[in-house]
Amino acid sequence: MSFNLKINGETRRVDADGDTPLLWALRDELGLTGTKFGCGVASCGACTVYLDGLPTRSCVTPIDSIDGEEITTIDGLSGKASAAIRQAWTEMQVPQCGYCQSGQIMAASALLAETPKPTDEDIDGAMEGNVCRCATYHRIRAAIHRAAEIQEG
Amino acid sequence: MFQGLTKRLPPEVKPTRRQFLVAMGGAGAGLVIGSRLDAIKVADAATGPAMINPFVIIAPDNSVTVLSKHLDKGQGAATGLTTLVAEELDADWDQMKVEFAPSNPQLYNNLHWGPYQGTGGSSAIANSFMQYREAGATAKAMLVAAAAQAWGVPAAEISVAKGVLSHASGKRASFGDLADAASKIAVPEKPSLKDPKDFTLIGKHVPRLDIPDKTVGAPIYALDTKRENMLVATIARPPRFGATVKSFDDKEARAVNGVVDVIQIPAGIAVLATSTWPAIKGRDALSVDWNFSTSENRGSDELWTEYRALAETPGQVFRDEGDADGSISRSSDYIERVFEFPFLAHAPMEPHDVTIEFDGKTAEIWTGSQLQSVDHYVASQILGIEMPNIQIHTLWAGGSFGRRAIYDSHIVGEAAQIAKISGRKEPIKVQWTREDDVRGGYYRPMYLHKVRVGFNEGGEIAGWHHRIVGQSIITGTPFEQALVHDGIDHTSVEGVLDSPYEIPNFRGELHTVKSGIPGLWWRSVGHTHTAYVMETMMDELAAAAGRDPVEFRLAYMKDKPRHAGVLKLAAEKAGWGTPVAEGRFRGVALHKSFNSYVAQVAEISLDPDSDHGFKAERIICAVDCGIPVNPDNIAAQMEGGIGYGLGHAIRNEITLTEGEVDQSNFHDYEPMRITDMPVVETHIVPSAEAPTGVGEPGTPPAAPAVANALAAATGNRRTILPFAKEGAGDA
Ligand code: FES
Ligand code: FES
Repeated sequence: MSFNLKINGETRRVDADGDTPLLWALRDELGLTGTKFGCGVASCGACTVYLDGLPTRSCVTPIDSIDGEEITTIDGLSGKASAAIRQAWTEMQVPQCGYCQSGQIMAASALLAETPKPTDEDIDGAMEGNVCRCATYHRIRAAIHRAAEIQEG
Repeated sequence: MFQGLTKRLPPEVKPTRRQFLVAMGGAGAGLVIGSRLDAIKVADAATGPAMINPFVIIAPDNSVTVLSKHLDKGQGAATGLTTLVAEELDADWDQMKVEFAPSNPQLYNNLHWGPYQGTGGSSAIANSFMQYREAGATAKAMLVAAAAQAWGVPAAEISVAKGVLSHASGKRASFGDLADAASKIAVPEKPSLKDPKDFTLIGKHVPRLDIPDKTVGAPIYALDTKRENMLVATIARPPRFGATVKSFDDKEARAVNGVVDVIQIPAGIAVLATSTWPAIKGRDALSVDWNFSTSENRGSDELWTEYRALAETPGQVFRDEGDADGSISRSSDYIERVFEFPFLAHAPMEPHDVTIEFDGKTAEIWTGSQLQSVDHYVASQILGIEMPNIQIHTLWAGGSFGRRAIYDSHIVGEAAQIAKISGRKEPIKVQWTREDDVRGGYYRPMYLHKVRVGFNEGGEIAGWHHRIVGQSIITGTPFEQALVHDGIDHTSVEGVLDSPYEIPNFRGELHTVKSGIPGLWWRSVGHTHTAYVMETMMDELAAAAGRDPVEFRLAYMKDKPRHAGVLKLAAEKAGWGTPVAEGRFRGVALHKSFNSYVAQVAEISLDPDSDHGFKAERIICAVDCGIPVNPDNIAAQMEGGIGYGLGHAIRNEITLTEGEVDQSNFHDYEPMRITDMPVVETHIVPSAEAPTGVGEPGTPPAAPAVANALAAATGNRRTILPFAKEGAGDA
């Protein structure tokens, strides 16, 4: 089967079975390896991408369920919120092993784009689905607050 | 390790200990794996970068690349080692890069382990501190000598700062300018090292080198390995440990679009496909009949029954001072507690993955290799080729917590089995799913402690009787000689054996239990359970005596200045002794592991709606790890170690029913999340002692500190882990 997906502003063709999760289509078929595999069952957020701007678990999103939505991955993530998030992540030295951080940055950037001054409760709500086995949570929270300041300018 | 190998490998590859040591270069007649120059992937003898020594490469573009002999799985080892070189080299931090060294135990062994290359035991900086500083100092001396020759001035008149050599005459050169000339200078015997007061990088804020890549999803992990024509393999492993394949039907698996082969290997049935999804689907479509005659068929309930019964009988003595039993029977009162700790999976964020390319004569392997020497050896045995014909590419690892340091290298071993048995020339990536990982064993073993402590008026401890039941991690591994003495596995008793508390009559006994469920070191190893027991017992004894828990501990440590130092620092920073905020409760714990001293004061609030009864709000952590090489990274490791210890204490356990693991993924092995994480404040004790580990020592005190805070709040003392097993309790 062949599918046309709109990814990071380009239309890309994928030849794979329709039940192939978007995660594996991105990684194996399209070489977009920024999106990581953590659980495969929507329990960890490592595979977070956006569908029309909404954080989505690509590991449980079959490619035949995508109906023209714009897909954004960490490899194509841009804009004011994500720039602020990345800068804060670097300033506060958030990543340890780093493996969860593609997903963390996708989730945090979506939060900041939507809610420029997030409270701790906002952060809990937006980030609870993203697991970090290195437990960098303390810095993730601090860095989101810092990114809000950066974004505000 | 040979016990594990015997179980999993065909008989022709069973090594003897001596063969292993010889292959590692440890018994005299070792093989030299590659020459010095093989270590430089990027080297070109004529015009390329110059290797100044096995740890430092300087390129004409003025970059300095440090070869990290240690895997970095998140603990910052690669940045730490680079800092040591840059410090003595007087380099500019912006010119520094890092790469992982090839597998070569003669150049890159862990100096704490003898002939093995590998990472673990929080030893990366501790064993490399002088070695990498000397590497930097040697390189600097050679650059200076090269400048002296070129400029015709005495070496003593040349100064080096921020990557530039200069002379009063106005001559200046970068490292890159002089790299080639420097590489031809004779290596100085003993370069002089800086006085620590002159450090400009060590002890300062140095940003980690890997963070830019880790904010853009760069392809740096084994998961990201991509080779031309690469196949992806999954493995159906037995549902019970030690079971074997009776028969299998692969008709439906082979019908899955993308599946190219299905083969039987000693580890199970491997499904090879053109990409990951068909490999996963193909495996789901297999039907395998397993033979359970040789497997571990007991469940955790049966194991607990055995452990509890053993706890009532005398074990092998590992500590015996004075007359514990007599003094307890004569004491005015006693406390007796039985503690139970479950199996725990490490569940590093990146599920295991390894890529192998084998043409029948040579092989290359890409993985987050933590024990390169063992991976290298096991691959050579299975592939049937000499070690120099195998190249191991170590990649950044998405966590480990001990899981990638595997005494039998079964992960690389399975990949080698597939490459060998399939006979395929294409590169093959073996991909584990989370289910494979959670159900795959190599757990922190179950442990039971039964402790009885007698005390007199005023809380004076009269005698302490401590019995431990659990399986040995180390027996049968290459570390047995160093860590198992007279049948006592040091890691089963560490933390009790060397407790800082001066207790007059102490008897420690161990029952070493055997099970078919493979155990493995898990972030802080034996301290994961011993710290919990010692620190909650001391706390309860202080409470029974009506004494302050900090003062009580100090009274039992007359001559332990570093222990006392962190305890006092944590107490002071937490405002111990002053009223705590409304609705909050404090608890304290202290533990030394991997030669580092850590004390933590936890502040909790009660939360009857939670699955375990409370929320850890804040942890104030004091650490003494010798010279702090990178203070911010030390703080990060304390934060991570605390989160890891706490998360598992709250709600994680692996259980088995009739030999099968009950959990399978993060929905039933629920990780700590951002909502569970306390604020962590780390304070570092200034020190001039040699640096010691930081990856693990933050973990042991976290669970007992919060448990003691809970006891302060409710009187409820949790002895069964995880806490969620008892629910919200009295909260
Ligand atoms: S991999 Fe998709 S949520 Fe974990
Ligand atoms: S940084 Fe390692 S899992 Fe998050």
